[in-house]
Amino acid sequence: MAKLKLALYWAASCGGCDVAVLDINEKILDVAEMADIVLWPVALDFKYHHIEAMEDKSIDVCLFNGAVRNSEQEKIARLLRAKSKTMVVFGSCACFGGIPALGNFTDRAEIFERAYVEAPSNDNPGRTFPETVTQVDGGELELPEFYDTVLTLAQVVDVEYFMPGCPPPVDLILKVVDALATGQLPPVGSVIASDKALCDECDRKKEDKKITKIWRPHEIIPDPERCLLEQGIICCGPATRGGCGLRCIKANMPCRGCFGPPPGVLDQGAKLVSAIASIYQTNSEEEIARMVEEIVDPAGTFYRFGLADSMLKRKRL
Amino acid sequence: MKKVTIDPITRLEGHGKIEIFLNDEGDVEDAYLQIPELRGFEKFCEGRPVEEMPRITTRICGVCPGAHHMASVKATDAVYHVDPPSVAKKLRELFYCAHMIHSHIAHFYALAAPDFVLGPTSDPAQRNILGVIAKVGLEVGGEVIKHRAYAQDIQATIGGKATHPVCGLPGGMSKALTEEERRDFEEKAKSLVEFGKFSLKLFDDLVLANKEYVNLIVGDIYTMKSYYMGLVDAQNKVNFYDGEIRVVDPDGKEIARFKPDDYLEYIAEHTEPWSYLKFPFLKKVGWKGLAEGKESGVYRVNSLARLNVADGMATPLAQEAYERMYQTLGGKPVHATLAFHWARLVELLYAAERLLELCQDDEITDPNVRIIPTATPDEGVGVVEAPRGTLFHHYQTDEKGLITKANMIVATAHNSAAMNMSIKKAAQGLIHKGKVVTEGLLNMVEMAFRAYDPCMACATHTLPGQMPLELVIYDSNGEVVERLTHHTHSEPLGIKVASVS
Repeated sequence: MAKLKLALYWAASCGGCDVAVLDINEKILDVAEMADIVLWPVALDFKYHHIEAMEDKSIDVCLFNGAVRNSEQEKIARLLRAKSKTMVVFGSCACFGGIPALGNFTDRAEIFERAYVEAPSNDNPGRTFPETVTQVDGGELELPEFYDTVLTLAQVVDVEYFMPGCPPPVDLILKVVDALATGQLPPVGSVIASDKALCDECDRKKEDKKITKIWRPHEIIPDPERCLLEQGIICCGPATRGGCGLRCIKANMPCRGCFGPPPGVLDQGAKLVSAIASIYQTNSEEEIARMVEEIVDPAGTFYRFGLADSMLKRKRL
Repeated sequence: MKKVTIDPITRLEGHGKIEIFLNDEGDVEDAYLQIPELRGFEKFCEGRPVEEMPRITTRICGVCPGAHHMASVKATDAVYHVDPPSVAKKLRELFYCAHMIHSHIAHFYALAAPDFVLGPTSDPAQRNILGVIAKVGLEVGGEVIKHRAYAQDIQATIGGKATHPVCGLPGGMSKALTEEERRDFEEKAKSLVEFGKFSLKLFDDLVLANKEYVNLIVGDIYTMKSYYMGLVDAQNKVNFYDGEIRVVDPDGKEIARFKPDDYLEYIAEHTEPWSYLKFPFLKKVGWKGLAEGKESGVYRVNSLARLNVADGMATPLAQEAYERMYQTLGGKPVHATLAFHWARLVELLYAAERLLELCQDDEITDPNVRIIPTATPDEGVGVVEAPRGTLFHHYQTDEKGLITKANMIVATAHNSAAMNMSIKKAAQGLIHKGKVVTEGLLNMVEMAFRAYDPCMACATHTLPGQMPLELVIYDSNGEVVERLTHHTHSEPLGIKVASVS
């Protein structure tokens, strides 16, 4: 059987999804056995011109991580879509926008102003900003255009599969490796994770979901056996897809929603607002007002990983 | 002029391209390392709770999230004026040694070694980690994979996940270490010390025994005289987790030593229109452009810089390795850029020895790993040595502890000017009139930045924002019951529960 052609690419990313692939440890050798990796900038020396020279649909599978927030990333997303039979949306940024999508609470002008002028270590009285074209002795230097809005991969190209997670856990990555090895792919459109919400997979003691106070994680030392939400610590478990192995919960820290919404939920943030509001103990207006004040930064907490994919999408420009 | 492009640069973390301008004679007139990426953390972190910053800023980088997690949590301690319990600091440092180990193993074996194991101008299809394993054999390859996995496991046990750990909170850690975990770590640490020794021996056999490689290391095209910066402890030994920032000049003389809080007096950042990455420089020397030497404010960080800046290593085997490196290369400071690879392996050994020390510390399984902060939060700076260089996190908050301003100067950014200069020097030295510009030659230009083990996601981070939100509540007939709007992050989002009939 001919070896599969596999490509891995990173857009507005942190590199963590690529490290996650390396974390399959010795199984990377099995991958090398069944596939020729034709693009993986972190580890291999193939360049864009190698991909441009390939026939359309000659790459069997492309694992694309990172959100799309500049013109180069959009261009390469489209290029890889043309050259690939199957696009796997790899990691929370590509799936939902991820942490970079918090940038949708602002825009290019504000970002540039802070990064290149306002920040206290800047020495830029001339207000120099990165330009898409700069003339230098000898010719021109080009940079991609930085967009106002962070996009998910599916907002740019058609895709086949979704692997949420920041980063996706090794056992789910190995599921995909197995599927490639055996040729037994799930139905197109599948999300390679659990079909339940994280709460359903959490083995902490759950008693009565009624809270009278919200605590920030550093304000108390919680009981390590009991549901964090029941102890008043905001945990995004009720409206987050499971499958992550409860990695954060096991470290005594609340879920922040990186696996995105569970099946059937259109807007993870709104679902979380509803879930938290529904366990408030009291109906007194004063008590409710106090508890609402105790949720600092609701927008950044309920839309921590999913702003680009949400119904909100971004602040109005 | 003719333009030769390398796009994208590979075997590093992050995005970049190199543009080389050739004049009519075929010589290199100029070369540029352009970084096309930016995300904007410094803006979009505004309004976020400061205790969430250790979990948000890890996403600056998935190769060194541990470094951001530690710098960030130290900044949150400073913001809350809280001093964590001694066991918490030791546990953080233990986690952090494991982190340095993972990162240095990944860089040396996966990103750097292909150039030396397969050769700088070898077939690009083989010149990668898979080619290295094919050449050195499954046994050695297996040891590399196993030991990086040990480092990842230690971090995951303490931090929840190795990539994007969650354990750091202002006031300490979210979880204590059990005796069972400690015993497991101790065994892994012993094995890691052996692996550290093995890696240095491999470098000996593979690189130092090869005359061609030695000539590359000490040769002119990969050498640059600059200032150096790094964190040192009270005895002036390299320390990754804590200490003061020390700067030495190109002759090795100390010209500055400061606490994290004072960083703005020493470091400023310059901007060019052809890169999203800025160019930090020493304020007291000044920005003189992309130039070498004592008159230029360009400085370097990362492994070689840390060793140049310090008076030695704090553990015995690493100290021996440090002495041997300087003896071989003719004394301190060493300006040979490829020596960053060697220094990285000396640090790998130190991190393993220090990890073992901490695993054997009497306090390390003490369960009291966190205290609750009580002071009003305001401002703080946290600094660590990331694998790739000195890392600064500076936060200002309101009285509720929500970020009003954030500034990060991230490791690789400090090397921004130096990397540009290194690739230009390499290009000018390797590409001359009449010489065919081969893929292999271009890879040798890339080797000039690769030694810095750069992380461009880290270097370019930054971003901020305000969010208008309108919440409309409808009754079961679809009639609007309540319309709530939230325009600034200082107003709470109000949710009213209306009675439903």
